[in-house]
Amino acid sequence: MILRPVPLMTLAAIGLLLIAGPARADARHDAKAEVEFGIDVAQRGLWREAIYRWEKAVEIDPAYAAAFNDLAIAYEHEGQLQKARKAYDKALELDPNNTQIRQNYELFKEINDRTNQGKEKS
Amino acid sequence: MTGRIKGKRSLSLALAALTSLAAAITIACGPDSLEIPIETPITPKLDVSPFQRVLVAGFVAGGSEDVDANQETVRLLRSQLRTKSQLKVIDADVMPLLDIVQEQTKAAATPVIEEPAIVRENVPTPGGQGSTGQGSNGSGSSASAQPMALPKVIKEEKDLEPYERLFANTAYWKKIGEEYQNPLIVTGTVLFVPHTSSGFVQRDQEVMDNFGRRSVRPMRTYMERKGFILRPKFVFIDGRTGATMYSESYREEILYSAQQNTPALSSYFELMDRLVPNFLSALSNQKIKGTRVLLK
Repeated sequence: MILRPVPLMTLAAIGLLLIAGPARADARHDAKAEVEFGIDVAQRGLWREAIYRWEKAVEIDPAYAAAFNDLAIAYEHEGQLQKARKAYDKALELDPNNTQIRQNYELFKEINDRTNQGKEKS
Repeated sequence: MTGRIKGKRSLSLALAALTSLAAAITIACGPDSLEIPIETPITPKLDVSPFQRVLVAGFVAGGSEDVDANQETVRLLRSQLRTKSQLKVIDADVMPLLDIVQEQTKAAATPVIEEPAIVRENVPTPGGQGSTGQGSNGSGSSASAQPMALPKVIKEEKDLEPYERLFANTAYWKKIGEEYQNPLIVTGTVLFVPHTSSGFVQRDQEVMDNFGRRSVRPMRTYMERKGFILRPKFVFIDGRTGATMYSESYREEILYSAQQNTPALSSYFELMDRLVPNFLSALSNQKIKGTRVLLK
């Protein structure tokens, strides 16, 4: 049996994969902590703080659909309907089969369509 | 043989252990979603800051004879504005706009034709009257220079069209505005008509199976139904200039089973109840309550 030397590139790729995996998991873990804190404060009516937390969550993990969903709800509560729509769109893009996100979005659309001639609150 | 049974047993034990572990994890971490009440603030469509007062003048109304849609609409909108807007509501007599338009037409020496069917053939299509909430800002001169025949009784939507020229009569509304110290003027048209419909309707029906268990199943049944259609158009006029600032039209309908005898007035209020938040959102801040699901 002849043992061939493993090319350097392959080794580098394996190494990157090994590093990236836990890094992604770490990002999700950190983002989840922000999301949970956001939910906690939103339940106490501190929606601005919740927005701050959820904005941070989507910054840490831009593939976290639940964080975008929560952020959309908070924007809706603050009357920032354009931002809410963008966040819902992103949440659905990341998780198109999530019925809860879709349901939230449908309810939002009902309000938004009714007031589409209204002025946007900045 | 014994080995196979043992294998099966250990597999079910493992599955049970996994299920309980999953349940324990779920309980420990809490649910992944949470329903939360929210209130969405809606900014008004109109800038009413130049006004301190609002005059709900009156409506060109028609349809069912059981409801005086002009009186009832004015009364309802005034009471809603009193509690849900910052504007002071002017208490004035309800303007009989139908008569006013007819008098104006008479004064312009236009004959009033009584038969709506004949009238419609002669009525030119009024321009600039959108039906989807688009603001119309017409000048009164062109409208009043073009005499149009008016149906005396309003039975359907087309009968209202010739009356809409009144809202473009800026001179008239400016005069009204001066009379009431330049308020925001709310006027428009209201059509409230009886309506019947028949066809297949899907209804949930409770059924019981052989074991006495109840369940709800959708059933299609043929039904004759009757009810009403409400079509209001709200026109907001600047009392300082007499110009239309904004207008919006709505359509709501309600149907009951043919056996049900619902008074016209209660149907009218039921339909108006659906529209009032939209009307108010044109001139005051509103909050729409709802619930959403937060996710982890």
